[in-house]
Amino acid sequence: MPPSASSDLTLSVNGEKYTLTVDHRTTLLDALRERLDLTGTKKGCDQGQCGACTVLVDGRRSVSCLQLAVAAEGREITTIEGVAEGERLHPVQQAFLDLDGFQCGYCTPGQICSAIAVIEEHAAGWPSAATGDVRPEAGPPPLTPEEIRERMSGNLCRCGAYVSIVQAVARAAEQKGAAA
Amino acid sequence: MTTATRDSVGTAHTRVEGRDKVTGAARYAAEVPFAELAHGWLVLSTVARGRVRSVETEAVLAMPGVLAVLHHHNAPRVDTDYVGLLGVPPDLTVALFQHDRVAHRGWPVALVVAETSEQAREAAESLVVHYEEEPHDVAFCAERQTEAYTRDSHAPAVVRKGDLEAQLAASAVVVDAEYTTPEEHHNPMEPHAATARWEGGRLEVVDSNQGTTWVAGELASLFSLDPASVRVRSEHVGGGFGSKGVRAHQVAAVMAATVLQRPVRVVMTRRQMFSLAGYRSPTAQRVRLGADADGRLRALEHQSLNQTSTVYEFVEPGAAASRAMYAADAHHTVNRLVRLDVPSPTWMRAPGEAPGSFALESALDELAERCGIDPIELRVRNEPAAGPVSGLPFSSRNLVACFEEGARRFGWSGRDPRPGARREGRWLIGTGTAAASFPAGVMPSTAAVTAEADGTFTVRINAADIGTGARTALTLVAADALGVPTDRVRVRIGDSDFGPAMIAGGSMGTRSWAWAVTAAAGELRQSLAPGAEIPPEGITVRSDTAEAVGALAQKERHSFGAQFAEVAVDPATGEVRVRRMLGIFAAGRIVNPLTARNQLVGGMIWGISMALHEEAVRDRASGGLYGADLAGYHVAAHADIPHIEADWVDDPDPDDPVGIKGIGEVGMVGAAAAVANAVWHATGVRHRNLPIRPDRVLMAGGDA
Repeated sequence: MPPSASSDLTLSVNGEKYTLTVDHRTTLLDALRERLDLTGTKKGCDQGQCGACTVLVDGRRSVSCLQLAVAAEGREITTIEGVAEGERLHPVQQAFLDLDGFQCGYCTPGQICSAIAVIEEHAAGWPSAATGDVRPEAGPPPLTPEEIRERMSGNLCRCGAYVSIVQAVARAAEQKGAAA
Repeated sequence: MTTATRDSVGTAHTRVEGRDKVTGAARYAAEVPFAELAHGWLVLSTVARGRVRSVETEAVLAMPGVLAVLHHHNAPRVDTDYVGLLGVPPDLTVALFQHDRVAHRGWPVALVVAETSEQAREAAESLVVHYEEEPHDVAFCAERQTEAYTRDSHAPAVVRKGDLEAQLAASAVVVDAEYTTPEEHHNPMEPHAATARWEGGRLEVVDSNQGTTWVAGELASLFSLDPASVRVRSEHVGGGFGSKGVRAHQVAAVMAATVLQRPVRVVMTRRQMFSLAGYRSPTAQRVRLGADADGRLRALEHQSLNQTSTVYEFVEPGAAASRAMYAADAHHTVNRLVRLDVPSPTWMRAPGEAPGSFALESALDELAERCGIDPIELRVRNEPAAGPVSGLPFSSRNLVACFEEGARRFGWSGRDPRPGARREGRWLIGTGTAAASFPAGVMPSTAAVTAEADGTFTVRINAADIGTGARTALTLVAADALGVPTDRVRVRIGDSDFGPAMIAGGSMGTRSWAWAVTAAAGELRQSLAPGAEIPPEGITVRSDTAEAVGALAQKERHSFGAQFAEVAVDPATGEVRVRRMLGIFAAGRIVNPLTARNQLVGGMIWGISMALHEEAVRDRASGGLYGADLAGYHVAAHADIPHIEADWVDDPDPDDPVGIKGIGEVGMVGAAAAVANAVWHATGVRHRNLPIRPDRVLMAGGDA
């Protein structure tokens, strides 16, 4: 008897449980888009080079095209559809909208998911290649435009909306700092 | 109801579809659901030239879920003997599976259709195709001039004025330099995707393209269908830049939907886009400038060579960029092409002007150096009063105003002209400038504006918003023409059933559509009696701008701009960093400052990317590209881009009802030259071959 080509599994996405049977070859990205109709997560290259498919897996950013759906069972997945609080946009979404942090919009969900994680990573004290002093006792570096650019570099925007994206991330980070 | 004219045009407005785009609700072509959908996967040739000897379909047809394999023995026939909307015959690359010839590596040889995309992909990758391989030739270089030929395109191939050689001989200073630009790929973030189905005797295609009128017309011609029986929709488009016209994916989807009589979706992979989506041809250019000692030009010669495929003639008109820029007693500009076993090139953002301005504006900088004149002053001295070759008046020309405003804001005046004079630690610092221009055209369009019974207005126009903000711009234009606030206007676009309209291309989309919307909205406003009852179906007025556009007087019509860049060069590593950039543009009336600034800055980023990063390298042995993906082909990322400012001077087009010229392309023009000129100023080395890679900086001796 040939080995089975599919499995039953339960995915937890945006706080909801979905039970489905998936082809073992199905990526998390395709499961979201083709099976759960969560098409906000985009497929730009399907090989981990553009960042358009960025989602949050257990709170950390991750390119969903490079993981299989069967490996995502038991993880809490957050997509662009799950970051707003009802009708109220997430501060990063609102800043992208107000400052025009996009043009065609195709890289935007990935940029926003990535930016949400960047702000968290920075607040948690994670250094980046742009961080001058990486000693733990130095504390979190200021979230300068250079820091944002470095940390967001896994998300390509071919329209070239980088300048307003950086401004939007900075504004959302400031608001979060002010609210904290 | 107030009828006062409002000033929505010129006021910043967030994108009307912005909320859908930041929440993931906006659905792009591959995201519109269809019942009974099947998935097609293209199979591309692994040889660069030859014939398909056999396609071994049997094993693949036995694989799970596989529904069909289309190839040159069984695919529906298509007709290619037509001229499309843009006045050119089709690129025969889209005539899929009509014969056994392979014209380039990555040529489509089959389509595998299956129930799921996983099944289609595995079957396509398993399909064995046998070829009769022939020797191929993909080597593009300046030496191919000898076998090149000229071909008129939208612009004439050759334009001459005066006695070039005599003027060169009489010149006190002559700059004679050769420049090259590499093969460059559009790479919109959204891959090309189409779903086709037959519904009630009509062919329906949901696609990602730059103009559904255009694509519907091409599909009707290819499949010999009544144009009224083809409907193409394209609501949200994830970037285009010239690559999203009729391409293999739509034709393949239509063929499969016809054969299987069910909806079929075909999406290109990122890798497939590198051979099927078009690209900008590499160019080899030569510029000769002859001038008096004071920098006044006597002679301007610009020659440009590009490659094309064996199945389509595409001219990248690099030399045409020089025809309207500077006064000179003698002008000679010529574009040539050479046919190779490569994919067909096509328009890519600022076609002609992007590579052409790199050569011309670099040469101007060399002339300024040789004459000992400030580069801005040199351009001012050669400012023409009328078209330098045509003699026609300019509709408006505010290039000098752009340089003046830009110089003031960039802090140009205190600049030490000597190269290699500024150092900050390990970095050599330099600044550079260049001029920008792009034709300001307009094409006929139709629009319909409806006054609804509830007091709102609906605009229907077959525009495409590929990220330009066209949907929002047209909302502002319609609101002003109707004399109502923007929240009472909804704009529907991207549906060929709305009637013919210009594509999003050539910086002509928003201008062409805005004209049609203004005409229909203005007439509707006139016809609405104050307080009159509006019937439930509303009152609709239609417009067609063909006559008005056709009546425009012949003039030199262009947008202009001045680009400024500051770079830092590390002579030890060869790394070039752009530290800041400023662009000031004279580009007609700016409809929406928020989105316009973003778009102009985006163009400038394309210029940085062209200057420093982008290069598709073709392997002469295999005929294919090295690293045909976003890792092997680097486009500027966040960390490559500094703070960039774009702004504009007042420059309404006097002959346009809204004053628009078009801004999609001019932001890119001259940007690469400004960066290259800044690299010269930093290092004293002229980089005439793009991109300015670290190895080129090192080999040239960065601190020479």
